[in-house]
Amino acid sequence: MFLIECPWCGPRDESEFDCGGEAHIERPADPAELSDEAWADYLFMRTNPKGRHRERWVHACGCRRWFNIERDTVSHRITAVYRMGRKPPGRR
Amino acid sequence: MGVQRQRLAEGGRIDRGHSLDFTFNGKRYTGYAGDTLASALLANGVMLVGRSFKFHRPRGILSAGAEEPNALVQLGAGARSEPNLRATQVELFDGLEAASVNCWPSVRFDIGAIGDRLSRILPAGFYYKTFMWPARLWPRYESLIRGAAGLGRAPEAADPDRYEKRHVHCDVLVAGGGPAGLAAALAAGRTGARVILADEQNEFGGALLGLRATIKRGRALGWVADAVAELAALDEVRLLKRGMVFGYYDHDYLGVVERVTDHLGPAAEPGTPRQILWKVRAKQVVLATGAHERPLVFADNDRPGVMLASAAQAYVNRYAVKPGERVVFFTAHDGAYQAALDLADAGVRIAAVVDLRPGPEGRLINKVRGRGAEVIGGHAIVAVHGARRVSGVEIMRLDYTANGVLGAPRRIRCDLVCMSGGWNPALHLFSQSRGKPRFDPEQACFVPAESARAVRSAGACNGAFRLADCLAQGFAAGAAAARDAGFGDGEPPAAPKAPEPESAPPRPVWRVPSIGAKARGNKHFVDFQNDVTAADVALAAREGYDSVEHLKRYTTAGMGTDQGKTGNVNALAILAQVTGAEISDVGTTTFRPPYTPVGFGVLAGRCIGKLWEPARLTAIHQWHRANGAVFEDVGQWKRPWYYPREGESMDAAVRRECAAVRTSLGIVDASTLGKIDIQGPDALELLNRVYTNAWDTLEIGRCRYGLMLGEDGMVFDDGVTSRLGKNHYHMTTTTGGAARVFAWLEEWLQTEWPSLKVYLTSVTTQWAVVAVAGPNARRLLAELCRDIDLSRAAFPFMSWREGTVAGIPARVFRVSFSGEVAYEINVQSSHGLALWQALMAAGAKYGVTPYGTEAMHVLRAEKGYIVVGHDTDGSVTPLDLGMGWIVSAKKRDFIGRRSLIRPGIARSDRKQLVGLLTEDPREVLPEGAQIVSEVRPEPPMPMAGHVTSSYWSPALGRSIAMALLQGGLARRGETVTISLAGKNVRAEVTEPRFYDPEGERLRG
Ligand SMILES: [Zn+2]
Repeated sequence: MFLIECPWCGPRDESEFDCGGEAHIERPADPAELSDEAWADYLFMRTNPKGRHRERWVHACGCRRWFNIERDTVSHRITAVYRMGRKPPGRR
Repeated sequence: MGVQRQRLAEGGRIDRGHSLDFTFNGKRYTGYAGDTLASALLANGVMLVGRSFKFHRPRGILSAGAEEPNALVQLGAGARSEPNLRATQVELFDGLEAASVNCWPSVRFDIGAIGDRLSRILPAGFYYKTFMWPARLWPRYESLIRGAAGLGRAPEAADPDRYEKRHVHCDVLVAGGGPAGLAAALAAGRTGARVILADEQNEFGGALLGLRATIKRGRALGWVADAVAELAALDEVRLLKRGMVFGYYDHDYLGVVERVTDHLGPAAEPGTPRQILWKVRAKQVVLATGAHERPLVFADNDRPGVMLASAAQAYVNRYAVKPGERVVFFTAHDGAYQAALDLADAGVRIAAVVDLRPGPEGRLINKVRGRGAEVIGGHAIVAVHGARRVSGVEIMRLDYTANGVLGAPRRIRCDLVCMSGGWNPALHLFSQSRGKPRFDPEQACFVPAESARAVRSAGACNGAFRLADCLAQGFAAGAAAARDAGFGDGEPPAAPKAPEPESAPPRPVWRVPSIGAKARGNKHFVDFQNDVTAADVALAAREGYDSVEHLKRYTTAGMGTDQGKTGNVNALAILAQVTGAEISDVGTTTFRPPYTPVGFGVLAGRCIGKLWEPARLTAIHQWHRANGAVFEDVGQWKRPWYYPREGESMDAAVRRECAAVRTSLGIVDASTLGKIDIQGPDALELLNRVYTNAWDTLEIGRCRYGLMLGEDGMVFDDGVTSRLGKNHYHMTTTTGGAARVFAWLEEWLQTEWPSLKVYLTSVTTQWAVVAVAGPNARRLLAELCRDIDLSRAAFPFMSWREGTVAGIPARVFRVSFSGEVAYEINVQSSHGLALWQALMAAGAKYGVTPYGTEAMHVLRAEKGYIVVGHDTDGSVTPLDLGMGWIVSAKKRDFIGRRSLIRPGIARSDRKQLVGLLTEDPREVLPEGAQIVSEVRPEPPMPMAGHVTSSYWSPALGRSIAMALLQGGLARRGETVTISLAGKNVRAEVTEPRFYDPEGERLRG
């Protein structure tokens, strides 16, 4: 079970959180403009990397705030925690 | 009563003044406090303890610890019975009852032993080969094989014991309380760090408990006692004996099971938890889990009386038990010689030490020779005599490759064989922490290499087999772990001296050659518990299962309850040999928790029965209970399902409740509806983004039904939202969807639309909601409510008013889920019961009838109202429901809109919502029944849809159903067939609206 550093509450057990999947997938400004392929890409396609992954979590049993983390999907090491709307640290 | 004829007169860590009676396989014996079941059995001369899993060969006690593959017992009877416990770890108590798990009909004779003779048809993968054809007979083979095999029985009654859980944080967790673990705990504890030292045994000391070792010129156990005393006096140190660290999980989260009363049996204090599950979050971890001695793989190495050398040594030193009278040691290294000396000192005759190494020399070896024992180098045991107990061995000279033997066999008489192939560090927790082991060819074992977490290994589990090294590594690891957790400077205390003779590494001979013909049944066992032999490993490799993970699954090596603690390294080394690969390239299989089996009881803890999940009760619950309601679980809520009168069936009750609503007056507790208070200047914008319809025109005082979609266009939830003020709305959701919808709206607001100025508050339990429905609903309300104009014109359908009902401040919503005139009266929860009682009292003259969720469903189905999650399943769009009218054509965007024009969603042959009227009006279809497009004599038949809701309709006097049917919207008037078990039912496709389709009644 992970130990996740909520930006608002500090380190808490994973069981207090829900994972919302990959972060930084922005909802298209005008979906009506998109082709079926582009819409399907937004809707369904995720990177699923082996290694560094940025994902959003919510402290569901705590402050109920959403935030982003960067996690290594192999070692589960969490290398960054940052608030919604912030750029990931050291963005490649 | 058995006699402890193998018990030594003195010595050992047992209490001869405290004798304990126990039974094994129905026979009575006596042992002493401090015994394990295994040591007590050995003291009574019992070596044969079970039968093997596949061949039912007689098996004896192999080890003295957690790695035991043979001596598995069922402990106790009735509800407390526990299967597959290792007799080597079961602490003896007075009145203990144990039985072999695998010896039907008796341990001395059983028909399964025929399996040994038939072993040629039971090779590796025998499940997959021999019995696979013809396939229809497989179930019969399987039950036969498994019946013959069997491994313990689960108790049938509920567990009467209590279990607890504790959650703790610590700076340093030390797993294992042998010399390395004690040293680590001392080094870390002295810095003031919060330290937990957990050890699976009943006392600290680890392997030292079974040895006669020296530390600081004194007995090692004296040093252990001092260390434990010092640790116990440190405030921040917690000692958990009988605490087995069973799992190492992500982010240094470890599970420990503490056996609190298991060792007391019936003497346990009532009310004391039997076991405690410690969930430990550690900043740093030191693993000091020791090592398991490796068996040698020689012919018939499974005969009762063949034992690990260190186990025999522990039985003599710790338990004062002679496991035999005349022993042959068979060893690959120096380690066994100290064991030989200890056995000799206890009066066991050393018949010979057979050493795989040619010309073994050294101080220890000379000492053994000095005791008159013959040391035979460069030889191997090629055969073991005796079936139920070893009676002798045959030895031969090894050739220089160690793959063959030379000369003539020589027979040596003995009743005990002590084998030692070297040591396997216990890498289980290290591997679970995602650490990578590497093969150390020098010591011929796997050792920890890269750590992935805040973990260090010390002592034997780190490949350090000398006591002085264990102590030094323990002190160093403890000090470093404390430093990394923020305590001390990392400088380890000086390790005390622990003199030992020099010791040479083992000569690995992974498969010891033999001369016996296969027909003689001589087998080289690799995995004792699952009866996997060296020949099985070779066969698997020949058949292409040459990766270690395939080998495991094909041969089942390592898949027993012991997870191959004694066998895995031998299996993969033999695989490497057969395939010509390096052991380091073959690698190990993945170690998984738990280290030894953990009972479900302690994992569940107190979270069972009523404490499994909290029940949510409405403010009116006590009235429902007092008035005979039968309850239904809706999510976590307990909702009245129906209210049967004395002797009334469910059907009759539901018909009566429905009739009351349609003809006069019904009352239902709707408090469980999800409710969200929405405020802020952008509240309207939020509604427009999440509902499919437009909300701009909704006036204050009015209500509107809305449908929410997922971004994939599928129906997600529905409900009525009312405008309370300019920037203030009251949203309702389905009962089951309340938490989901609230979380989902929050997600959109926080992640995508942080600029929207709108605030959500869940108010589900702030309001009690009572709906009154029926032709007399208005009359009733008028009696109790003087400050709201209830006239049709002033308070129309789909509007709400604020006022007082029965003197209670209320919001009254004129909405209907029944199709009748209805009012949902919302009051502060604390007034819910008072409101209900007032309505019941005033409604008596109208025959006011409480109705439950079943009648509610019948009434809504008669109207064709959907229930999300009942008539939809996450693959249904509003268009599929024939609800295109609620999808705004004007709004350019809302959640899910873009998906509604994807080509697949626009197809006309999707499953669409229809009504079904069976040809026989008495036939009520089961929900979930399949509509078939072609009737065949038996399944499979092509399926065209399924029934989602189906009831007897009292209003129509016939059955009604709703269904999702391929292309259903265009099939009205057609007849379809529903295939049920044993019959086919024909039904007409209709509109999914059966009662008052124009809605005149509810607007009345
Ligand atoms: Zn938080």
